[in-house]
Amino acid sequence: MDLSPPDATTDATAAQSLLICEHCDTVHRRCPLAKGELAECARCGAVLERCRGLGANTLLALILTALLVFAQATLWPIVTLGLNGQHVDATLWDVIHTMWTDHSQVVAVLAALTLFVFPLCKIFMLGWLLLYARSGRRAPGFRLLMVTLHRLGPWTMSEVFVLGALVSIVKAHLYFDVQPDPGIYAYAALMLLITIFAGVDLTRLWDETREESP
Amino acid sequence: MSAWPRAAELGLIGCHVCGQVCGMTDADDGTLACPRCGSTLHRRKPAAYARCWALLIAAFLMYIPANILPIMRTASLGDIDDNTILSGVVELWVKGSPGLAVIVFCASIVVPMLKFLALGTLLISSRRGSSWARRQRTQLYRLVELIGYWSMLDVFVVALLTALVRFGYFSLVEPLPGVVFFGLTVVLTMFASMCFDPRLIWDGKEDSDD
Repeated sequence: MDLSPPDATTDATAAQSLLICEHCDTVHRRCPLAKGELAECARCGAVLERCRGLGANTLLALILTALLVFAQATLWPIVTLGLNGQHVDATLWDVIHTMWTDHSQVVAVLAALTLFVFPLCKIFMLGWLLLYARSGRRAPGFRLLMVTLHRLGPWTMSEVFVLGALVSIVKAHLYFDVQPDPGIYAYAALMLLITIFAGVDLTRLWDETREESP
Repeated sequence: MSAWPRAAELGLIGCHVCGQVCGMTDADDGTLACPRCGSTLHRRKPAAYARCWALLIAAFLMYIPANILPIMRTASLGDIDDNTILSGVVELWVKGSPGLAVIVFCASIVVPMLKFLALGTLLISSRRGSSWARRQRTQLYRLVELIGYWSMLDVFVVALLTALVRFGYFSLVEPLPGVVFFGLTVVLTMFASMCFDPRLIWDGKEDSDD
């Protein structure tokens, strides 16, 4: 694709046709991207822009799925341990609650935020934005939500928790009977959805939606 | 001017939050708001060096007790066993699956160490305006950003085992202070890498073959 450097006499109206690399500040002229294509910075190799192959309708459907799966992953027990006929299972909230009562409030707060509050906020905010983006409109509170989504960045850690559950199962397997519960399957599905959303360039919503004239 | 002009040379600025391109002179730095998303426009993240160093040093101070203090206590039939991060990895290697031990070793020991070394290197070389391996250094920064939060793995493992292993006298798992320090290390290094501005790598003198 064409990434020719623009000349210095660019005026403000042409600003829309430019892209600035967020890792090295190099100015690029913007090119229309086909589905699945991505533009990389010629100097540092950062991804400038990514054109997702999925439309707003598809993304909304996936977000609704994510909400259902997330509810199941949070409410249902994850694994059950057995020892001498005694059984103990735990949901995400049991995990957070035990850490709080076991003198590790810092960990409890971290887990509650990164595994429950932030992911849930992200799902609801994205769902709200996409509901309007289907028809090219900007949802009420669009600006605030887009900035908040940007700030949430890496603070959702459900995928790390899934790996953590896997490690716990292997460790517990040495001493106990381990039985997987529905929660762990819901988490597996959630992880797939997270992987799909990781490839979506949300900043494009700024260009793909128009403010409604009052 | 080089073949690839940078935003400041053209009197332009890209919003750090939404990517909007605006015209801006250096005198306006930090006073204007992005017309699209309303965030304050900065050429570079404010006080990047000071904030990143402060958070990195704080994280390192937390990292010492996180490794020395035990993170988890296993009590079974009166037999008490305290585990540190490293002894947990060793136990997994010997008794469980070596593959998983490698993953935990990477997440809990390699990734935090890599973050300290990488961010330290980036801070020092950028401050000196070094033109050495700029592209690779930017890639290193992206790597740190990408893998940073996977270090929470061990914290979640301890939390899950504590919630699951509640068989009273027969078997009990308790979290110990090391896990709190480790959680804080991860959070602080994540903040540190967010405060660093990779654009600083490219400031300073242009390399002749750049």
